[in-house]
Amino acid sequence: MSAFAPTARRGTPPAATREGRGGVLPWLAVPALVVFVGFGVIPLIGVLFLSFTSWDGLGEINLSGLTSWQTVLADPGLPHALWITFLVIAASWAFQTPLSLLIGVFLAGRQRYRAVLAVVFFIPLLLSQAAIAIAYKALLDPNFGLGAGLHIDLLVQDWLGRPVLAFSVVIFVVSWQFIPFHSLIYQGGVRQIPRSMYEAAELDGAGRMRKFFSITLPQLKYTIITSSTLMVVGSLTFFDLIFVLTAGGPADATRVLALDMYKRGFQASLMGPASAIAVILVLVGLALALLLRRLGGRDPQASQLEGA
Amino acid sequence: MDSRNTSRRTFLGLSMGLPLGAALAACGTSGPSQPGGGSSGGGAKATYWYLSVQPQEGVRTRAVERFNKANPNGQITGTPFQNDAYKTKIKTAIGAGQAPTIIWGWGGGTLRSYVKAGQVEDLTSFFDQNAAVKDRLFPSSFGAATIDGKIYAMPCETVQPIVLFHNKTAFEKIGAEPPQSWGDIMDLVPKFNKAGIAPFSLGGQSRWTNMMWLEFLLDRIGGTEVFQAVFDGEKGAWSNPAVLDMLTKVQELVKANGFIKGFSSITADSNADQALLYTGKAAMMLHGTWTYGGMSQDGGDFVPGGHLGYTNFPPVDGGKGDPSNTVGNPGQYLSISSKATPEQKEIAKKFFAEGVLTDQEGKEWVETGGVPIVKGADAAWAGSKDADFLNFVYGIASNAKVFAQSWDQALSPAAAEVLLDNIAKLFQLSISPQQWVDNMNAVIGQ
Repeated sequence: MSAFAPTARRGTPPAATREGRGGVLPWLAVPALVVFVGFGVIPLIGVLFLSFTSWDGLGEINLSGLTSWQTVLADPGLPHALWITFLVIAASWAFQTPLSLLIGVFLAGRQRYRAVLAVVFFIPLLLSQAAIAIAYKALLDPNFGLGAGLHIDLLVQDWLGRPVLAFSVVIFVVSWQFIPFHSLIYQGGVRQIPRSMYEAAELDGAGRMRKFFSITLPQLKYTIITSSTLMVVGSLTFFDLIFVLTAGGPADATRVLALDMYKRGFQASLMGPASAIAVILVLVGLALALLLRRLGGRDPQASQLEGA
Repeated sequence: MDSRNTSRRTFLGLSMGLPLGAALAACGTSGPSQPGGGSSGGGAKATYWYLSVQPQEGVRTRAVERFNKANPNGQITGTPFQNDAYKTKIKTAIGAGQAPTIIWGWGGGTLRSYVKAGQVEDLTSFFDQNAAVKDRLFPSSFGAATIDGKIYAMPCETVQPIVLFHNKTAFEKIGAEPPQSWGDIMDLVPKFNKAGIAPFSLGGQSRWTNMMWLEFLLDRIGGTEVFQAVFDGEKGAWSNPAVLDMLTKVQELVKANGFIKGFSSITADSNADQALLYTGKAAMMLHGTWTYGGMSQDGGDFVPGGHLGYTNFPPVDGGKGDPSNTVGNPGQYLSISSKATPEQKEIAKKFFAEGVLTDQEGKEWVETGGVPIVKGADAAWAGSKDADFLNFVYGIASNAKVFAQSWDQALSPAAAEVLLDNIAKLFQLSISPQQWVDNMNAVIGQ
């Protein structure tokens, strides 16, 4: 999802420069704040308001109290979409984290061939999600796709037409695109770990595995939390890839909450219920982000690095 | 303290920025943005959005070019969009007051929602003043343009019934004849499957493609009154036993592997369903006559070589419906945005009167294998290579006792979405016919 990059960049200034100084520095946050209020807070208030109205996107906006909320909450489509969204979050996290971690550790090595691989590996992240989805859709077509073209029977499956397969394909394509991004985060994290720790461990006779589990992994704790937060909140709002790849299908097997919102709002012209779902999406996102933050301990700014 | 506040704000940014970003991206990617009819008003330039995909797109584009050439002072700027993207894009644009001057559409339920919102011009007086414009078109095409007795759209382009196409080569291979009844269809399915040919091609991800099966089956089994009752909003109208019968038959066909493998992930916009038919991977396809042009263009020798066969949807044994009835698009429709400037509206009306369905445009529609909705159009294709097909379509359109509009176009957008959603589930066998009926009864009249 293209929205990943901006969120990663939207970070606040490092703690050290912010703390204990007044004067001009808080003003540096003003541009970010203006953008945030303009594109975050005000639309959110609008959506909250719309969720208490009925509007077809064309005519008058009529206040309708809790009708939209009652429609949405009584609809069996909502728990289904929530469940699918949860599955997407869980599966993409469980698939991406170990792979990104391993690749990140591998790429952290300073060998030249690894630097070359890192560049090659980064390419999927540069592609648009819609383009990726169209390409995979063509490759996976059971009648004209890769399997049919090369006569490899194993690849001739109804990839996007069976609920479990379609779901797996979505997770695979998402991971294919975003593992490079998370590997990059881990690569940076691993390079921050002081050499001295490894040297000390080697003197004590620690092997490769032991070093990984006793030094690398614990030292990467906050990197894992950062990467997981991005993954979880990002998965919550997957839209474009699923929209192009499966359109939520077959039937509603991959209809995540964001897609449900779009379908209600823009295809069925029910802006009230769609806004109610948007509000639910925001609440779930907030809850998940705060939960991950809590898991990270009281003071995530603290570092275990020497000298910090 | 400071650090905690900032981190909370970061969360808000994370969790709110993303859904909104996704929604914005969804709006923004569907096509190049055009200055809207309402906002520009910078002199004499009207805007017009229509559907892409050749060969039809070319006919639309050339009609605009010809008009612009003849009217240097009143130009029209056209922008083409893909079918499924357009349906969303146009609604959003109209809602945002950014509609083009000329709104291309299918009439029916969607037009009704524009009318209710006061977004399109009442053209009744225009047609009264220009009786000649009205009188040269098929009278049946005005039904879907008329809301509560007033005309809100100019019918245009071609009449597009849905017909049963078949690949003659595939039929020769198994030594069979095209189906004459529903029983024949069910008999043909195992024969084709045995020969390694899929009985029916279907672009199921688009959902309205699945709907065409229901439309015909219901009409053949129960007659036109059954859906009319739904359209009129009668309580429990889907509970008619004909509906259950129709749904059961569809699921029987799915269970017998009547449709091509992977049909639920094929989109009609990509024309892959047509490719399945002309490459011989599938033997039959229920589709609108607009696919004829695409198959002639892309299918190599398939259409010119006479390998494409076509029939009306066969009757169902014991059914009440008239087998001459058909479903589809009685025409396409052009409306004028009420937000356009008076100058733009004048250009649009001039276009309707002089630029739409000119003899040249009619000829070009005939070349794409379409039947323009102009009276006496059959004279235009004497000697044409597609004369057989055009006569067939003209015959269906003029002989049909009832030419029903596609369900999703006739119903309101909200009801249509529920309908399409449940149809997709029906074809996926994830709901039973009875559940389908219950789900649909719940939204009748919405």
